[in-house]
Amino acid sequence: MKNKTSSLPQEGEARPSRCPDNSAFKQQKLPAWKPQLTIAAVLSSFFLTGVFCLSVGVCLIMSANSVREIQIDYSDKCSDCSKLRENSSNWNKECHCSVNFMLKEDILGDVFMYYGLQNFYQNHRRYVISRSDAQLLGRNVNIQKSYCAPFTTYRNGTPMAPCGAIANSMFNDTIDLFYNLNSSVIQVPLLKTGNSWWTDKNVKFRNPKSYNLSSAFAGTARPPYWQKPVYLLDEEDERNNGYVNDDFIIWMRVSAFATFRNLYRRVRRIRQFADGLPAGNYTFHISYNFPVTKFKGRKHVILSTVVWSGGSNPFLGIAYVVSGTAATLTEDI
Amino acid sequence: GCIRGWYVMEDVQEAYQAGVLNEKKYISRYWKEVKVGDFVQLRCNEIIPADILLLSSSDPDGLCHIETANLDGETNLKQRQVVRRFLELVKFDPLKFTSVIECEKPNNDLSRFQGYIVHKSGKKDGLFKENLLLRGCTIRNTEEVAGIVIYAGHETKALLNNNGPRYKRSKLERQMNADVLWCVLILLIMCLFSAIGHGLWVWQYAEKKKPIFDLPGPDGKYLSPVLASVYLFLTVIIVFQVMIPISLYVSIEIVKICQVYFIHQDKDLYDEETDSQLQCRALNITEDLGQVQFIFSDKTGTLTENKMVFRRCTVSGIEYSHDDNGELMIFFFYLTIKATVLCSSVCSCEKDITPDPSLLEKVNECAKHLEVMRSHEQPLSHLSPELCDIFDFFIALTICNTVVVTAPNQPRQKVATSKSMHRFGVLSSTSTDSTLLKLEEKLTYSAQMNNNGYSSQQGRTAVGSGPGEGELRYEAESPDEAALVYAARAYNCSLVGRLSDQVSVELPHLGTLSFEVLHTLGFDSVRKRMSVVVRHPLTDEINVYTKGADSVIMDLLLPCSSDDPWGKHQKKIQSKTQNYLNLYAVDGLRTLCIAKRVLSKEEYACWLKSHLEAESSIENREELLFQSALRIEKNLHLLGATGIEDRLQDGVPETIANLRKAGLQIWVLTGDKQETAVNIAYACKLLDHDEEIITLNAESPETCAVLLEQCLQCVESKFSNTTIDEAAGNMTVGFTPLYPPSSPVLSSLGLVIDGRTLAYALEPTLEDKFLALAKRCRSVLCCRSTPLQKSMVVKLVRDKLKAMTLAIGDGANDVSMIQVADVGVGISGQEGMQAVMASDFAIPRFRHLEKLLLVHGHWCYSRLANMVLYFFYKNAMFVALLFWYQFYCGFSGSSMVDQWYLIFFNLLFSSLPQLITGVLDKDVPAEVLITVPQLYKSGQNMEEYKPHMFWMNMIDAMYQSLVCFFIPYFTYYDSDVDIFSWGTPITTIALFTIMLHLAIETKTWTFLHWSSCIFSILLFFFVALVYNASCPVCHPPSNPYWTMERLMGDPMFYFTCIISPVVALLPRYSIFSHTSESLFQKHPKAEHTTDQTVAASPEGAVLYGENKLPSSASSLERSTGFHEVRHGTSEMESLPVGAAFPWSSAVDQADFSLLKWISSTPLFSRIGTVLQVSSSSLQNEPQDSMCVLGSSLHVDFKGLKEQSSNNLQDKMKGTPADYCKNDNSETTFL
Repeated sequence: MKNKTSSLPQEGEARPSRCPDNSAFKQQKLPAWKPQLTIAAVLSSFFLTGVFCLSVGVCLIMSANSVREIQIDYSDKCSDCSKLRENSSNWNKECHCSVNFMLKEDILGDVFMYYGLQNFYQNHRRYVISRSDAQLLGRNVNIQKSYCAPFTTYRNGTPMAPCGAIANSMFNDTIDLFYNLNSSVIQVPLLKTGNSWWTDKNVKFRNPKSYNLSSAFAGTARPPYWQKPVYLLDEEDERNNGYVNDDFIIWMRVSAFATFRNLYRRVRRIRQFADGLPAGNYTFHISYNFPVTKFKGRKHVILSTVVWSGGSNPFLGIAYVVSGTAATLTEDI
Repeated sequence: GCIRGWYVMEDVQEAYQAGVLNEKKYISRYWKEVKVGDFVQLRCNEIIPADILLLSSSDPDGLCHIETANLDGETNLKQRQVVRRFLELVKFDPLKFTSVIECEKPNNDLSRFQGYIVHKSGKKDGLFKENLLLRGCTIRNTEEVAGIVIYAGHETKALLNNNGPRYKRSKLERQMNADVLWCVLILLIMCLFSAIGHGLWVWQYAEKKKPIFDLPGPDGKYLSPVLASVYLFLTVIIVFQVMIPISLYVSIEIVKICQVYFIHQDKDLYDEETDSQLQCRALNITEDLGQVQFIFSDKTGTLTENKMVFRRCTVSGIEYSHDDNGELMIFFFYLTIKATVLCSSVCSCEKDITPDPSLLEKVNECAKHLEVMRSHEQPLSHLSPELCDIFDFFIALTICNTVVVTAPNQPRQKVATSKSMHRFGVLSSTSTDSTLLKLEEKLTYSAQMNNNGYSSQQGRTAVGSGPGEGELRYEAESPDEAALVYAARAYNCSLVGRLSDQVSVELPHLGTLSFEVLHTLGFDSVRKRMSVVVRHPLTDEINVYTKGADSVIMDLLLPCSSDDPWGKHQKKIQSKTQNYLNLYAVDGLRTLCIAKRVLSKEEYACWLKSHLEAESSIENREELLFQSALRIEKNLHLLGATGIEDRLQDGVPETIANLRKAGLQIWVLTGDKQETAVNIAYACKLLDHDEEIITLNAESPETCAVLLEQCLQCVESKFSNTTIDEAAGNMTVGFTPLYPPSSPVLSSLGLVIDGRTLAYALEPTLEDKFLALAKRCRSVLCCRSTPLQKSMVVKLVRDKLKAMTLAIGDGANDVSMIQVADVGVGISGQEGMQAVMASDFAIPRFRHLEKLLLVHGHWCYSRLANMVLYFFYKNAMFVALLFWYQFYCGFSGSSMVDQWYLIFFNLLFSSLPQLITGVLDKDVPAEVLITVPQLYKSGQNMEEYKPHMFWMNMIDAMYQSLVCFFIPYFTYYDSDVDIFSWGTPITTIALFTIMLHLAIETKTWTFLHWSSCIFSILLFFFVALVYNASCPVCHPPSNPYWTMERLMGDPMFYFTCIISPVVALLPRYSIFSHTSESLFQKHPKAEHTTDQTVAASPEGAVLYGENKLPSSASSLERSTGFHEVRHGTSEMESLPVGAAFPWSSAVDQADFSLLKWISSTPLFSRIGTVLQVSSSSLQNEPQDSMCVLGSSLHVDFKGLKEQSSNNLQDKMKGTPADYCKNDNSETTFL
């Protein structure tokens, strides 16, 4: 007890003051800036925003207007084929149709050819995930464990290559473009590679390793809706075959909306087409394979140039102009 | 715990039955192993491990001193006694314990214990609380005690008093929870909508024509539309679950902890004197501080210092003022500050008393006489009655108490006054006449005092004691007692030792006198007095010294006939004393009457017999003792009266005034007597001299009902005259405009109610009326209220008025009130820690309440309110983006935002800035909040977070999400954009929009705000880039490889990300800037920098801060301005038109009352119209009793008034007190 009391005074002496630090942070007195919303500041902020928006908007509209684009709906024009395709038992019957159109003026510059689909819900939740990235990377994986179901294996156990609903529903029309020049028909040279993202072509998609492609896919089967196996997608070009086929890669990049377009071909700028597509009559020769009537879908083929601001959609430019105007008007009120 | 107690390992049952012990030694055991029936031996300074019946003590008198600070916060020592029959044992041996103990079931009443012990012989002894050592207390001054465990573990009284943790939810959180439920509802609606949409979408594709993108199940079959929609409903609940802001709760907790940290760190809430700072003990109700509407305050120790200064006394009708004591203390205070002696030295005010010279002279003279007489064996009666009274007065001051004497150098050690020492004054008294010398002494020894660890550890300090052994410290249950003993010591009549049966008093010339204490009849709140029965050593007479409240003592005085001169003289003395007492009360002093009774031997013997019976009775002991005390405390002879000052704490009037301006209603609930309470209330400006005061004193429920009814009617009639005012503001009671008295006046009201009336008023039948009346009053003062009543009042207001209540107090008697209130504030002051333990916030001083509420409360509230609203907005806005997407993906529950962004968005990308703003944003600087307390009303009226604001935010969120969704949608319409290349810009846009929204909401920017915003955006891009580059197959099923990298090379990405937030925030920003523009048109340069700066305004220089007359108008506009900013930003609404009105009246009133204050000089006559209605007059003519309100009504009621005052006069019992009251009321009537 004695030592207890004698130890107490030291405690009392040693205890530092409990006074809090007088630092700006602890006292909540950090140098602070309070936005000074003077009339001048507010008005100038509105004015500057308005001017900026207007100028950007004008630029965007002008660039969008400079885009030449032609869009042809061929779902009606190939009604015979579409009727044929309604019955899935005719899947192996070929059907061709041609669509004529006329370019009134030249389309200069790089011309891109798209196919467009309407009402095709590529963004459906279960559709979006129905793929196996590992399989597409050429790895030998058990796709049973992937999200591919129900397009993983056939009843007999043969795995699908590629598996999944996205791959299964791949757009498989072939479209060729012909230029009708003075009763002679010239096929427009089209590039089928280099249309996809570089990273997709070189990183995300790879064929399984083997001495040749068909052996690499040995033991697998094409997806049920396909007419030919994956290693025959492009028989002409080894580097555009199998999983690294550009059309396939582009299809696998699922679109954001039910109405979308995918890049199909680019016009190769040689000979008559060095500056783009000259004015004149053209014909699309379409091998019609992809059924859309079931879901009241429509198919288009689109020829378009591209500018820095994307396609021909002037919406963003208009949005800038409108909001620029609104900002300027708010300032006056 | 690992604290050890000592006890014998022996089971109780065995002890009872077998009574045989094999173990012969005490061994140490853990507390948890202590069981009922164990014998426990404890040493000095050990903590008692269980409730133990005291069976033996090393003290020769069988006493044990314990310190109960852990239980009730009282730091003085309490005596406990060994059970009677064991006292006779020479040495207690547990092995020989054969008795059976019967006691009551475990209960939580600390002040009661009943039971009896049956000895083997069959004799019974009662057991009382004096025999019980309670768990948690500490043994002091006693070397060794032993006892048997009666209650152990959770059955101990200390633990039964522990109500378990309280859970308080703040008002804001309750409001928020309601809105969370709305969020759930919105979520369900969205899910239902999606489910129906998906059902329809599935249904449109007939069974045979299933599209290629609609997948069958694993079994190859398609779901029916109904089943698909049911599944989808569950799916989208998961997708949209962000709508329910779970993270909000986490964020709120984080913000609150930071807020608590900052409140802790506030230097202004640190008290240098006591070296204590604010403690936040509740972490979850910080924002309630900003919404308080009612403050319930204790008086003693809260408004006042609870440091008693002996200020005045009157002996034999002669008044001796000690006016310089107060001043001396102030002088001393400055000295100590200069000498940088910290806290402890200032507390010594109780001890420094400058004796009144004439009284000192008389005391000395008296002592000399006595000495002469004693040496000549003369009887005492030779002394003049006055000197006799003076002598007895000081003896009474010295011995009529329960003060324990301790020597300073051996803290908590009873002064070893062995019986042989008593007759000879061995202990020297060093009280000197020169106080200045003392002061010097103190300064010199301050260093040593600091060494005394005990002085800082205990609230009561040993300062003022010199190094010598002689200076003694007095430990008293109440500070008044100590003050009286110290006062007596100043007159050289010092208490030097106290044993259970003996008190030693040292007197000048006489040396040490030992009074044999026959009985001590302790203080209780019913009797309101205490007495000691002693045998006078000089006369051998048996004297009863009684000390108590004047109201009771005066009635117990020996009735003296006015026939004989002695009686006349006595009567005169009594009336004089009563006059002085009234004067003391007016000065706000605590008054006590001292009286004496000389008992003849026969009387005493007669009384003793009954008293012993009472003491030894087992049942009903308290009641019998009470009756016994009543029998002896009568026919008293008045010696004198004392006035003790309880000084106001620093800054109390200013704080109260400021809190009032902030729209807070302050009620004072005190246990003190009415006069004292009223005077303290005046002193701290709680009551104003301009105020009408309604006093409710009733003696029966019926009277109380009638009284309440009448007052209510009066008030109603007054209020009906001024209905305009009522319509103007419901909460502006404190700001009623003061018109010239000729027009119908609504002057503010004060309500004073005493404990008994309060008890009636709190009856269920009357509480509504009481509340209706109290609501109308500016201030309410409840006197003589018990702790339970205090809590009942708080509960009443809290439940009936649905108001936010704050209770502040410092003592154990405030605990219940503190616990009941929404916010409990404890003052960590003199009376220990109990209030602090029960409180949510503990502050060192009352004045700190101002900053705590006005600044921190406001900030916490506004920050949290804004954060909560922002959170709702943020989640709704983000979820709505996903919802709009469902329209374009067939309501399939798919999301364009990558799953990791969904997870991280709330967690990482958007969390930090809102936390920073929630913690650090300051809508108004602290200085302005203090100088313009009216700003506090925004919290009371819930202006930052009104119910409709949730919906405003929801609508805004919907608009913003529509913009953020459809601008990118149309931009990328019919393009080859893929789902994540489109979803990532949406995420970016949402982040930008949310950040900019926060930026608009943020009022002040520090570098932390800037850096958190920049950090969050950089973090998003960093995470996105790393994530999108990391690996192509790592994140199935989504695969956003290289998306962000590609997007950042696309100008359209930037253009989309710029325009969308701008369009989304344009409405909010324009409304925000427009409201501020209108403000700044009025005040082009409203620079709210610091205190009372002169700021330029169109009218010219404006001094704002205090509502000075010339500047009041513009300072008012300024404050409206602040109001407007906040209002505009948070609500998207323009300023309420009437907002300026109550403030202007407030300013006017402040100016007016200032003038009135100056013009009103006499204090007493301005008290207001107080009408004391005695119950008898009420019962006779209840229609005559009334409350008088408002000068305009004076004329009408004049006749009635006279009648009633006549009535009063008729009912007078002739006591001076009543005369005085009557005078009082008459002066106010005329």
